[in-house]
Amino acid sequence: MSCWETIADYALRSVGIGERLLPRDNFTLCQQFTLIGSGLIWNVYFAVIALASGFFLATAVALGKASRIRAIRKPSEWFIFLFRGSPLFIQFFFAYFLFLSLKPVAPVFDPFTSAWAGATIVLFLNTAAYSGEIFYGALRTIPKGELEAADAYGLSGWSRFRRIVWPTMLRLAWPAYTNEAIFLFHATTLVYFSGFPAWQQRGDALYYANYFADKTFNPFVPYPILAGYFILLTLVIIALFGAINARLNRHLPQEARRGLRLRLNVIR
Amino acid sequence: MFPFCTDPDTLDTVRWFACYLTTGKHMSFYLSFGTVLLLLAITAPTALAFGFAGAAAARSRFLPLSLFGKGYIAIVRGVPDIAFFLFFVIALDQIFEWTRHQVLCPDWDQPIRQGNDFIVCQAAKLPLNTAPQWMHETYGFFLAVLTFALVFGAFAANVLFGAMRAVPRAQMETAEAYGMTRRQAFWRVLVPQMWIYAIPGLSNLWMVLIKATPLLFLLGVEDIVYWARELGSSKTPRFTDYPHGDWRMWYFLALLVFYLAFTRVSEIALERLTVRLSHGQATAQGEAQRRAGA
Amino acid sequence: MKRLILASAALAVSAGMAAAQDVVRLGTEGAYPPWNFINDAGEVDGFERELGDELCARAELECEWVTNDWDSIIPNLVSGNYDAIIAGMSITDERDEVIDFSQNYTPPDPSAYAAMSEDVDVEGGVIAAQTGTIQAGYIAEQGATLVEYATPDETIQAVKSGEADAVLADKSFLAPIVEDDPELVWAGPDVALGGGVGMGFRESDPELRATFDAVIEEMKCDGSLDALIEKWDVSSTHGEC
Repeated sequence: MSCWETIADYALRSVGIGERLLPRDNFTLCQQFTLIGSGLIWNVYFAVIALASGFFLATAVALGKASRIRAIRKPSEWFIFLFRGSPLFIQFFFAYFLFLSLKPVAPVFDPFTSAWAGATIVLFLNTAAYSGEIFYGALRTIPKGELEAADAYGLSGWSRFRRIVWPTMLRLAWPAYTNEAIFLFHATTLVYFSGFPAWQQRGDALYYANYFADKTFNPFVPYPILAGYFILLTLVIIALFGAINARLNRHLPQEARRGLRLRLNVIR
Repeated sequence: MFPFCTDPDTLDTVRWFACYLTTGKHMSFYLSFGTVLLLLAITAPTALAFGFAGAAAARSRFLPLSLFGKGYIAIVRGVPDIAFFLFFVIALDQIFEWTRHQVLCPDWDQPIRQGNDFIVCQAAKLPLNTAPQWMHETYGFFLAVLTFALVFGAFAANVLFGAMRAVPRAQMETAEAYGMTRRQAFWRVLVPQMWIYAIPGLSNLWMVLIKATPLLFLLGVEDIVYWARELGSSKTPRFTDYPHGDWRMWYFLALLVFYLAFTRVSEIALERLTVRLSHGQATAQGEAQRRAGA
Repeated sequence: MKRLILASAALAVSAGMAAAQDVVRLGTEGAYPPWNFINDAGEVDGFERELGDELCARAELECEWVTNDWDSIIPNLVSGNYDAIIAGMSITDERDEVIDFSQNYTPPDPSAYAAMSEDVDVEGGVIAAQTGTIQAGYIAEQGATLVEYATPDETIQAVKSGEADAVLADKSFLAPIVEDDPELVWAGPDVALGGGVGMGFRESDPELRATFDAVIEEMKCDGSLDALIEKWDVSSTHGEC
């Protein structure tokens, strides 16, 4: 069987398209590369959905934590503390338990015991808490002068937030937020590893790497392949976020832009 | 543990729990909290040392060294820690045994890799086959510490690399003006000042490190998660004096409380450290302290 | 003359190995009662604990117990972190390619389905199994919908919560659970998988394998193995040897 056939059979195996049975013997490198790559679809899916939706909740939580109103500030603080203070592993465990017990209550909850919905929710809340803390830190370091300038222009309420506070907050938080995105992407490997069951052998990259390590009894091939894929995708994330960072900072003089890149030291 | 524990079936609830929570297995569970704390206590400074070395290497003017430092930071940071843990400990163990094999058994004529098997001479085994069990466990723990330190060292290196570049250029220029060599300026001016810039990143890293400890069981160390799973799973009366249903929820709840409490304590401690390190620094907070003191 | 020296040198080497081998490390999982589990005192216990201790006593070896995660139990054996696996491991062709097995100490025994009702569809329904077991491979081949969980306990939980219609596992593992739990019943026909349970050794370690093989044979013939099997109720017995 040529490598092209293997790719045709297994490239979309993780979403249930293609050959139903996984390879059982005579494992080739091509099979390992294809299936582990196929599993990456899930890692990218979890990361993209959680980051895209978590971003908005994170902004809300950051504003909540910076709020002067106690009834808003306290829940935001507790939300951040709970999700930042406990391992993702344990969050998955409790979420799965919760979704299982909610399932008999209403059919709405049916999808949440499978990874595509349930794990996404946990990752969404998790990244919202971590990013919320980063954004909150950035809110506190917005230069006083910019806020005074906003007041001087007569900006207030929504337009002050939309035009001054929010862009500056993003600009300041971006390097740390890039790190958060990388961490979240890596954390998606935990989904099938200890959180949610794999249906019909459809799993993420680590699931297939684990499968091959299990069948060949040789961990030194599949895991480095997995590591290689992740290094490549991490570079993609860095490039993508770097481009956004350049756009956020495009109004600044060259020298100051360079200075901002160095703030890449607040990581999750 | 208690004298009345001989026949748990007859006990009332309070005494039953008193006995149940003091079985040998539970003692191992409690001890494993110590294991985790010990691991953190050893890993944190080791990872910091790796990070410092990595950052210093990445800053080096000697190109190969600089590439090595940057490569270490980029590669290890790019890989999910679970994937790393799943194969790295065995690899590390084999590297050590292979090295010892080369040194201790130069006249060994059989191949080390025989099919799937990895065979070194008896003298090169780590620990020796005759060593007591606690030596094996200590060695496993040592490998876990080293793996953790290597992974988190890369993140620490990234933070310190940023911090070294964040020290105001004027400070280094002043050092040069005083006639310090590059080495002197590095150790006497750069290193003492960089910590305040590194603290936010390092404290975040510490929080991540705490939360990575549930992965210890992947490295073959019997940690709190291993015991919580083992103790919490349902037990039939045939194999234990204390049968119960699926109690993993309660054990994981205990872990959750432990992690939250530990995080809170760390936050407070790090806050104090920041205040101390700001003392006399050329930052807003350091300036505020100076004014308050004056 | 040269020949003689070589021969005696070889003898010295093997004698040295035997002396260094006097502690044999036995690797097990510790999470699969009644085969092996951790008892209340925190020690390895179960059918295999008793069997292993007896085998070591008969072979005059000093043995030590090590627990290891199921996932990495074979890589750690071939990497030399312990000398034998005794963990309820079924003898299969794919495992046999990487390690060597002793003769089986329990005969091939059925796997069984446990479910909430007797008439679930075990061929087309949703079946739970532990990741990486022969049962998981069997379900995938049969065409039923396979759901994999990391631990055996979670597979039971999946059936009870309705996530899966049935769980497929070794009958001896399920038996005490089904007896104990009024909700669970046997479903479908039993399935014969694997070639019995044996001890695993490195392929480069034939002496140790031969040693254990001999004492297993001895225990099979004098009936003490069958007595142990009955005591722990792990499988059918061997009968005549």
